[in-house]
Amino acid sequence: MMTWRRPSRRAARSEGPWAWLAAGSVATSLALLALLLGLLAVRGLGHFWPAEVSLVALDDGRQLAGWAVKESPLPGGDGRERLYRTGNRDLDGAIWDWVDLDEIREVSHPSDLVVLERRRWSEFIGRLEAVETESGERISGESAWPALERRLTALEQHRASIERLRHQVIRPLVLRLEAGEASELERERLSAAQEQVREQQAALPKDILILETVDGRQLRQPLTEVTDALQPNAMGVGEKVVAWSQGVWRFLSEGPRAANTAGGVWPAIFGTVLMVVLMSIFVTPFGVLAAVYLNEVAHQGRLTHWVRIGVRNLAGVPSIVYGVFGLGVFVYGIGGHLDDWFFSSSLPSPTFGTGGLLWASLTLALLTLPVVIVATEEGLARIPESQREGALALGATRFEMLTRIVLPMAMPAMLTGVILAVARAAGEVAPLMLVGVAKLAPQVPVDGEFPFLHLDRKFMHLGYHIFDAAFHGGDVQAAMPLIYATALLLVLVILVLNLTAIFLRHHLRSRHGTLSK
Amino acid sequence: MTVMQETRSSPGAFIDFSPDVTSLEIRGFGLRYGDKPALANLSLRVPRHRVTAFIGPSGCGKSTLLRALNRLHDLNEDVTWEGTIRLEGQDIHAPEVAVAELRRRVGMVFQAPNPFPMSIYDNVAFGLRLQGRMPKRRVDDIVEWALRSSALWDEVKDRLRASAWSLSGGQQQRLVIARTLAVGPEVLLLDEPASALDPISTLKVEELIRNLKSSLTLVLVTHNMQQAARVSDYTAFLQDGELVEYAPTDTLFTNPRLARTENYITGRMA
Repeated sequence: MMTWRRPSRRAARSEGPWAWLAAGSVATSLALLALLLGLLAVRGLGHFWPAEVSLVALDDGRQLAGWAVKESPLPGGDGRERLYRTGNRDLDGAIWDWVDLDEIREVSHPSDLVVLERRRWSEFIGRLEAVETESGERISGESAWPALERRLTALEQHRASIERLRHQVIRPLVLRLEAGEASELERERLSAAQEQVREQQAALPKDILILETVDGRQLRQPLTEVTDALQPNAMGVGEKVVAWSQGVWRFLSEGPRAANTAGGVWPAIFGTVLMVVLMSIFVTPFGVLAAVYLNEVAHQGRLTHWVRIGVRNLAGVPSIVYGVFGLGVFVYGIGGHLDDWFFSSSLPSPTFGTGGLLWASLTLALLTLPVVIVATEEGLARIPESQREGALALGATRFEMLTRIVLPMAMPAMLTGVILAVARAAGEVAPLMLVGVAKLAPQVPVDGEFPFLHLDRKFMHLGYHIFDAAFHGGDVQAAMPLIYATALLLVLVILVLNLTAIFLRHHLRSRHGTLSK
Repeated sequence: MTVMQETRSSPGAFIDFSPDVTSLEIRGFGLRYGDKPALANLSLRVPRHRVTAFIGPSGCGKSTLLRALNRLHDLNEDVTWEGTIRLEGQDIHAPEVAVAELRRRVGMVFQAPNPFPMSIYDNVAFGLRLQGRMPKRRVDDIVEWALRSSALWDEVKDRLRASAWSLSGGQQQRLVIARTLAVGPEVLLLDEPASALDPISTLKVEELIRNLKSSLTLVLVTHNMQQAARVSDYTAFLQDGELVEYAPTDTLFTNPRLARTENYITGRMA
């Protein structure tokens, strides 16, 4: 019987050191990439995990509660010290505490420790003594914690209903009133709704939480300031997973708090994606037309040769230079004139004469234009001459040949250009600082108000958010996990944008097979 | 039938092919790429509803002449030309001639099959759709007729929506012929249409050419002397951009007037 044989793989392995060298380079790149993503994922996503709170008893009798963050050698001595995040900024003036390891007598994890996320003063870590209701009733002991959870849920429902009322009833009515279209009936409905909101706000639970820190200080905390309450040491894994997903969801869906060192990044996600999408809308037709002119229409002489070299070199111009150009030409030049002509009523406060979404997208479109032109041109050049001649020989005009044969065939190359452009634009921060990004712009640039898309508004950006939190925040240590999480998110957003374009390209390619010959 | 005037540099252009009627008339035609002459002072007539073959060694200008017949050279800015080419008496370079319309009347099939990256159906319908909106039934009918005319219908009727690039080379070439037929040309130019095909596909294309001449004027450029002898009615022998001899195929192959022609067709070329 015959046996099927295959070439030995040993032959490939014995090809010498260069094969190892090449394989090693790939392995190193992959390892670095995995390390980067792993670091971002562990540090960023780990932040939302409700970690156990340690109760630390020191030799001198002092007690503190918090999470260990890092350890380092004692300055100028042997031994090590450990940094704890202890929260309670309102009581301690700081949320960090360095502890000498030698001074620690005991570390325990009592299950009655609570962590309260608050709107101000960072989180509270300590114990819940009692819940004092509006009527002066005091719920303490075992039933205090369930009472707190119940009341917190009620408070959230209350808030949600007020928010609904504001959003769905009051705002449309106010808009009509401003436009001078409101009837008498609508005016009445508006004031009724506003009265309702006032009532509901007055009816918000005015409970006071009686809290005690682990070293025995008491604190009266109004419940309305509390956003979340956890007992991490008493939670099972399942509960922790739920709390973790809620934390991640709040990070994705809420606006930032505490000077960008806490809270969520929703406006930044939205701003990044919207800006990139607008940039693609600007750059794609422009770049494709330019490439078509260079490759299909222009006389192929010395001039086109130099224009090509120029375009390729534009891709290497540092991005901050584009930022300066955008500031000078778009913001002050065009924007200033637009304000003079159309928005003079609101001067001296600028409308388009200041950085905003439109100018930022245009600046980035300019920045990524060479990439799109070069990629499209390469795609156009790859289309065989026989395809063009085939179309012409059937009686197509040059325009018909371009739109029906050449451009559809060059579509994957164009999308490659857009993918590269998106990848470059989504990560740019430097030019945006000049032309429209904002440290804090909780209002996203799209809403129900005419003209729905507000191109003049400043917007938030994940990249700038990282920069701001890392260098301009008051407490970098506190913002660090959020910086990791935001960086991870930025990578994911770019990945999603790219994958969308890649799937689109794949779909186009698979429709009629590839240009293999 | 007027006898064509013999010109100085194309002594073999002298031919009387009555009772056939002239479809294309080339008179004193020359063409240059930049400074490089490709065709010089070339005169001949192509009879209607016959197959005319251009033969000659590589670089002799036969493909250049073919491409001049539907003005594909217009794309190349370096090309200059002199003389006239008339289609049914109309100068194809006249300013009032729309080049797209000319190319519809004078279709062309290239050496390598060049189907577009779309479905078989869309390939055939491509030229029709350029002529404006048409009822779908009518497009369907013309597509079927064109595919039947190019003897491809039975092979593809069940997969008209499949990519044209999934066909074999011979099928692709017949698809390209069908695509050209669909726009209803009067003249079909074939630039070595079978040179990239296997022998069986070649036979099919040759049979197709013979069938098509009942309704079309065909001009065939080929390297293959047997092919010219098998399918053509008239044969023109070109060398170095000049027309050497032009005669009915039987005459040219059995009794060439010039020694140069005889040397070429018997393979005694230097």
